[in-house]
Amino acid sequence: MSEVSTITLSKKDFISDQDVRWCPGCGDYAILSQVQKVFPNLGIPKENFLVVSGIGCSSRFPYYLDTFGFHSIHGRAPALATGAKIANPDLSVWIVTGDGDSMSIGGNHFIHVLRRNFDLNILLFNNQVYGLTKGQYSPTSEIGRISNSTPFGSVDYPFNPPLLALGAGGTFIARGIDREQKHLQGLLYEAYKHKGTSLVEIYQNCWVFNDGAFASLTDREIKMETQLILENGKPMIFGRNQDKGLMLKGSKLEVISLTKKNSINKVMIHDEQNKIQGLLLSELTYDKNYPTPMGVLYREEKPTYETMLHNQLATALKTRGKGDLDKLFNDSHTWEVE
Amino acid sequence: MANKSKNKKNIDRVVIRFTGDSGDGMQLTGNRFTEATAIMGNDLATFPDYPAEIRAPAGSLAGVSSFQIQFSSDNIGTPGDKLDVLVAMNPAALKTNLADLKTSGIIIANKANYTDKNLKLSRWELNPLEDDSLRDYRVIALDMTRLVSNAVEDMDLSVKLISRSTNMFALGLVSWMYDRTLDPTINFIKNKFAKRPELVEVNIRALKAGYNYGDTIEEFQHIITVSKAEFEPGVYRNIVGNQALCFGLITAAEKAGLDIYFAGYPITPASDILQILSGYKNFRVKTFQAEDEIAAIMSVVGAVFCGDLGITATSGPGMALKGESLGLAVATELPLVVLNIQRAGPSTGMPTKTEQADLLQTLFGRNGESPVVVLAANSPADCFSTAFEACRIALEHMIPVVVLSDAFLAHGSEPWLIPQTKSLPKIRTHLVEKPNGFKPFKREEHTLARQWGIPGTKGLEHRVGGLEKDIETGDVSYDPINHEKMMYLRQQKVDIIANDIPPVDPFGDKNGKVLVVGWGSSFGAIREAVNRSRKENHSVGHVHLRHLNPFPLNLGETLLKYQNILVPEMNSGQLLLLLRGKFLIDASGLNKVQGKPLGVDEVYDKIIELAGA
Repeated sequence: MSEVSTITLSKKDFISDQDVRWCPGCGDYAILSQVQKVFPNLGIPKENFLVVSGIGCSSRFPYYLDTFGFHSIHGRAPALATGAKIANPDLSVWIVTGDGDSMSIGGNHFIHVLRRNFDLNILLFNNQVYGLTKGQYSPTSEIGRISNSTPFGSVDYPFNPPLLALGAGGTFIARGIDREQKHLQGLLYEAYKHKGTSLVEIYQNCWVFNDGAFASLTDREIKMETQLILENGKPMIFGRNQDKGLMLKGSKLEVISLTKKNSINKVMIHDEQNKIQGLLLSELTYDKNYPTPMGVLYREEKPTYETMLHNQLATALKTRGKGDLDKLFNDSHTWEVE
Repeated sequence: MANKSKNKKNIDRVVIRFTGDSGDGMQLTGNRFTEATAIMGNDLATFPDYPAEIRAPAGSLAGVSSFQIQFSSDNIGTPGDKLDVLVAMNPAALKTNLADLKTSGIIIANKANYTDKNLKLSRWELNPLEDDSLRDYRVIALDMTRLVSNAVEDMDLSVKLISRSTNMFALGLVSWMYDRTLDPTINFIKNKFAKRPELVEVNIRALKAGYNYGDTIEEFQHIITVSKAEFEPGVYRNIVGNQALCFGLITAAEKAGLDIYFAGYPITPASDILQILSGYKNFRVKTFQAEDEIAAIMSVVGAVFCGDLGITATSGPGMALKGESLGLAVATELPLVVLNIQRAGPSTGMPTKTEQADLLQTLFGRNGESPVVVLAANSPADCFSTAFEACRIALEHMIPVVVLSDAFLAHGSEPWLIPQTKSLPKIRTHLVEKPNGFKPFKREEHTLARQWGIPGTKGLEHRVGGLEKDIETGDVSYDPINHEKMMYLRQQKVDIIANDIPPVDPFGDKNGKVLVVGWGSSFGAIREAVNRSRKENHSVGHVHLRHLNPFPLNLGETLLKYQNILVPEMNSGQLLLLLRGKFLIDASGLNKVQGKPLGVDEVYDKIIELAGA
């Protein structure tokens, strides 16, 4: 069949018949729309997409995409995706999760799926709050957060998702934001292209329980000052007039002004495959003295789990021949009773 | 081999227990003796019992490892209650096992290990081999270490190596006493130590030294022989329960035309299932060692959604962790199989000891009304058929199935009539290949099984999840009446399976004084006890349930045909609770929760108590 080479799909092919039930104005709508725009252009037959989620607002995502989907249980989507990818490595598997789902109840599965490097994609909607259960602080909420479960302020230090992912052996770590739709679209393509586990952390505004959490990154007036848009091979510069840059001083990054002549030469060039740079950039997540890195923080090529496993299966078949039950059962001391 | 110069005496059955320190090689010794016994054509049953600690301090009571075998010219179902022979390689082994030895039974001890230090460690005040505390038994105390040392004196070996070969001396001696051939053990040693010829030599010499010792000394008046047992014709091998489960699974996968996806997290006594299956890659078995129990079952849910035969195995604590995920499989109506190799609980309990106390957990241990099919294997060889049946029901009914085994079955062994795989039935699946009229929750009339449309199949795109579903469309629904309908539908899917399983047919008397109803590994003990009481003209029947949910259709009416119902279990009365609750009958229990299998005698005594009343 020549179907694969002639797939013509459009956004509407990926819109399911279910009413979307997120709060009006939720950042999830923008992300859904980008995913529905990207999926038709990946050259994958529609039936080969599998979208898996856990529990939380974001985890309703699969219902709204007209693909194979599984809305599973809290925190366990990576485990379900693991079994699916091993069962059928040809599937394009996408995990949709939130900060509670992946950083708290599903923390264990999150680190292990990254470590194993399955070729699948994780979209981590980070709104720094529990929305579906109505406004408790989350494992990515900043210390001191006043929430329904922390009326005196949280005394809980937050997780830093990219840093956690790096520590877990992640091979593709990126960050986008719901409001920057073109940029996010680009990250979704990159995540798909990466053969390994791709983590895209997406800052997402929950206007009901944590409105404005990322206002400084989306406010037109100041966002050029607060975001560092990463591009591979390009210097790390930012600012309304592209007049600031990050320089490596000792073992730390430092913000420098680019107004002086030749100062651009001191700015660090982004190398996606440099793990130390990835670490330094990840460390900036909560530091108000630095811009927040957006884009691909780190990328590494290494064999995927399912490839290695299926190679073993093929080798076993080749060297041992197709399994023969009768031979196997008799492959021990046997005796005959007449 | 030595010339048998003594008379032979034939008896019906023998029970031997090899005991020693964890490092003394008692499991290996027992397994070798078992293979030789299988070759002799006896029926047999074995029971390995070892501590959870890998190497408890040498010589300590906690470090005692044992392997028991019963072999017979009759058909037997248990490794035996009381021992004819206790091989006690050190004083700790003697201390912990002596109570199970018959009066006038034989003790074979390695005197070299009965040192002051070991005696103190095992809390003997005086050396039992030297005072008269063992006067009720026949004691054969030998310095095996010196005897082996003499046999290899030309070889210049370390004391350590010599003392580690004393298990082969003991095996040789017991083999002589019961007329077992040494050949399979010699072949085994040659293979196992193929790269270390000095180990081959010392082990074979130790084995033969033990054998020849028996032939030479005056101690034994005769060799004991046990005639061949009568078996159904066919080809047999010996098999342990966990191995039989694996064989059942791969057979079912082949009969269903599916790949196996197996995920597990290491847990005693289920770990060997993951280990065994990981070696079957050429049978298209994909195995995954997950990061935890939850990931194991969730990955199975994912693989089953994608069309593999999905299986996970665990024990009680892992079963508790898997609860929510199993509920998801119930809600999404996916065919997966969970093997629960029960062990003594609660909590960590006694990880290597047997118990059958997870029945109620399996039936009811999830949130909401969450019915699953429950089967139980009744002997090591029966694990094959039970695993096959579990896969068949899961696939043909699109439903999760839990198989209950236990530590006793997992590692115990018995002869297995190797099936003709060609004659086993094919297993039907509900896989959908074409989108014509596909609806994920469209059901087959007689099973209520839903359609299985897997990713990669054009036109079948759909979403499932743990939220309640509309009974028609499968879409998310919060409608109250719909929820109640769905709850009853999920229950009906289980109940309907009763039409697809054999009715109970009591063994022995079809009505009368006592019906013994059992499940799981107590099969052998119950069957022997029933046989014994029937020989004494008591009217007794035996029903052993493989299907625990649903029960066979005629179970209720069968129970009414007897005056007394006895339910022996290795728990405080779980099946008993179910039978009393469901059938309103006055059944009584025989309950033992000691981490040990039920014995024939205790079941027999209870039957007589009820039958004589």
